[in-house]
Amino acid sequence: MKAKIKITLKRGVLDPQGKAIQGALGTLGFAGVEDVRQGKYIELDLAHTDAAKAKAEAEAMCQKLLANTVIENYEIEIA
Amino acid sequence: MKSAVVIFPGINREHDMMMALEAVTGTKPVAVWHTQASLPNVDLVVVPGGFSYGDYLRCGAIAARSPIMRDIVAKAQKGLKVLGVCNGFQIITEAGLLPGALVRNAGLRFVCKQVKLTVENNQTFFTNKLAKGSILRCPVAHGEGNYICDAETLKRLEGENRVVFRYSQGTNPNGALNDIAGVMNETGSVIGMMPHPENMIEPLHGATDCRPLFESLLAA
Repeated sequence: MKAKIKITLKRGVLDPQGKAIQGALGTLGFAGVEDVRQGKYIELDLAHTDAAKAKAEAEAMCQKLLANTVIENYEIEIA
Repeated sequence: MKSAVVIFPGINREHDMMMALEAVTGTKPVAVWHTQASLPNVDLVVVPGGFSYGDYLRCGAIAARSPIMRDIVAKAQKGLKVLGVCNGFQIITEAGLLPGALVRNAGLRFVCKQVKLTVENNQTFFTNKLAKGSILRCPVAHGEGNYICDAETLKRLEGENRVVFRYSQGTNPNGALNDIAGVMNETGSVIGMMPHPENMIEPLHGATDCRPLFESLLAA
């Protein structure tokens, strides 16, 4: 199974990379970009055939390594 | 005073740290490779600076999960003194020894320059030779030194006098909350800081402002 994990900075955590992207978009003439938040996407191939188990394991991986929950949120999609 | 310096792939300040420890304490530190399961018997372990694992995933994240860190975390909880500098600060924070997180510098750029640090707490194993409020010149070299934590943690850190060093005189290089340059854990056994005091201890460094920090280790 595939675990698709999206990791984003929590609201309120300054995202200087997002700000730089916003600035560059403005330079290119894209007016009206009110905010940009950037993040990470991680795709895992798991040996599990049970979606619930795969999700539980991906959840543990996020908690232990993939995300820093002090500053980041994560979303897991099993496919 | 017996010390160990931990080395991960991508760490590059271990020699500077080992030279500073030896020069001031008179005892050569033991180098410990990250795959070792346990530390030798020491009074202090230092996690030095560099770019462990190329800062992949998040700075310090991979190193924080290596075998030696399990032993460091277990021993730190029993009172072993731990000092993390720069990437070492990021690593021990990722390992949960200190609260908060270090994120990309607010100005987006890697900053390599001299800053001024105020000693906010002089009752620690690394600051006891200095007066509270002392100002030290010290180099920084990092891209992700912007210290952040939630409002409740910040209130606790400030209230419990756990901010050890603060950038002073307008020299905050990274946007860190409340100008925080270094913090300690609840018991004072773990200190993390972004600046590099090991590079400010002999005349060839340009100044010796940070030598008393290392001298403090002998009194601690």
